[in-house]
Amino acid sequence: MESIQAILNNPYVFAALMALAPLLWILPYALFAIWFERKVSAHMQDRLGPMRTGGWHGWSQSIADLVKLLLKEDLIPAKSKHGLFMLAPYVVFVGSYAAYAVIPFTSAYVGSEINVGIFYFVAVSSLVVVGILMGAWSSNNKWSLFGAMRSAAQIVSYEIPGTLAILAVVMVVGSLSLQDIVRAQEGWFWNWFVFGKFPFLFIAFLIYFLCSLAEVNRTPFDIPEAESELVAGYHTEYSGMRFAMFYLAEYANMFAVSAVAVTLFFGGWQSPFGTFLSGPAWGVFWFLSKGMGFIFLQMWLRWTLPRLRVDQLMYVNWKVLMPFAFVNIIFVGLWMMIAQ
Amino acid sequence: MDFVDIIFVVFALIVVVSAFIVVFSRSIIRSAFSLLFTFFGVAGLYVLLNADFLAVTQVLIYVGGILILILFGVMLTTNVVSVEIKTGTLQTVPAAVIVAVLSGTIAGIFWFTEWHTAPAREGPTTKALGTLFMTDYLLPFEIASILLLVALIGAAMIARHERGTEGGR
Repeated sequence: MESIQAILNNPYVFAALMALAPLLWILPYALFAIWFERKVSAHMQDRLGPMRTGGWHGWSQSIADLVKLLLKEDLIPAKSKHGLFMLAPYVVFVGSYAAYAVIPFTSAYVGSEINVGIFYFVAVSSLVVVGILMGAWSSNNKWSLFGAMRSAAQIVSYEIPGTLAILAVVMVVGSLSLQDIVRAQEGWFWNWFVFGKFPFLFIAFLIYFLCSLAEVNRTPFDIPEAESELVAGYHTEYSGMRFAMFYLAEYANMFAVSAVAVTLFFGGWQSPFGTFLSGPAWGVFWFLSKGMGFIFLQMWLRWTLPRLRVDQLMYVNWKVLMPFAFVNIIFVGLWMMIAQ
Repeated sequence: MDFVDIIFVVFALIVVVSAFIVVFSRSIIRSAFSLLFTFFGVAGLYVLLNADFLAVTQVLIYVGGILILILFGVMLTTNVVSVEIKTGTLQTVPAAVIVAVLSGTIAGIFWFTEWHTAPAREGPTTKALGTLFMTDYLLPFEIASILLLVALIGAAMIARHERGTEGGR
């Protein structure tokens, strides 16, 4: 026991453990979410989806797919820019994994308790854009490049109202640290910020949620990989493990933005019923189940709504979400001033 | 060497190596992409100096804004003229002279300046920065905001104008 304690006290080991802990969640979650997405889409279209692999409702379909991807040949187009082409999937995954450094899974665990947490989250997501551009440009394929251009324009512009919506919460709490934001929502579920300063933080939540859908390229904002126009968008030329990295990054990103929505507006790891079933271990349970609820919501929307056109996309961002976000901030600020 | 020293060396190496690639790479897009690592390394160095807000701002502005703008510029121009933009060596002798003078000056400054060093201040910087912006540095802050607003309106005007003439034809 003491030797284990000694190993844990080693700063290198401790740093490595803290850094790798989110992977323990991301990998099984991604396998589950891919299977779940197929099931959700199938049932929404009155089908059954994969039913054979593994027995009960094809539960091991994603594992079989993973093995297939691992064994697949790693194709590299002859006219691609080899170095950048091989690097790009990892840059994208690093971008989405870096966001997990500040996500508070429970009261006892957060990768890095930095006091600029939410600001850091907004900043590192830009790495994903660079990775997407890198992969698309080095593929030397026009569909890829089109997809990446759309993706970059979309992510960069939707970042702005999303950040403004986050700012409303930051103004209420007075801290950028995600743990502080969670602690400010203590108690029963009506203390969650989605109901706070009604209706201003609820509007902020709607704006953030829409922007987060755009940021992870989910329908109705999935024009970067619109399969009916662009084959597969920015990862058209990728196969095997590198394609799997893109896929993993996409699902990791989906959970990251859901986790931030949960943290900012739905009480993070707080139990919805006051002190009932609260504590660090139950905190993980509440946090992950709220996050998975958002994942389901994202899938539900994906298989319900049609995709927006490029000009509609920009219209929604600059002429609808942006003014609402600004007015919202002004009202939250006024409320805070009067409340003082 | 303790933990922080090792991290410093790693970040310093990232900055120096990627900066070398930025300068010496023949393909301009490779330069642009390795600028990514330079920006990140510099952000890491800011973190080691306890400038947390500055570090994140560095990533947000330089990686999320400026680098993407550069990449867009390079990619779009390359594809329109279908000529790969390369950087070459021209005017070797005058360039060498200017570089020698410049690096001599920098080295001189580096050696003969008495650097004021102080241990990094602990604790969050965001609140202090915000307070300073709203009190001591209010005027520069407002002027910078107005400048940015003017640039924004100017950009929108240019974009509108081009679309207007196309529609008129």
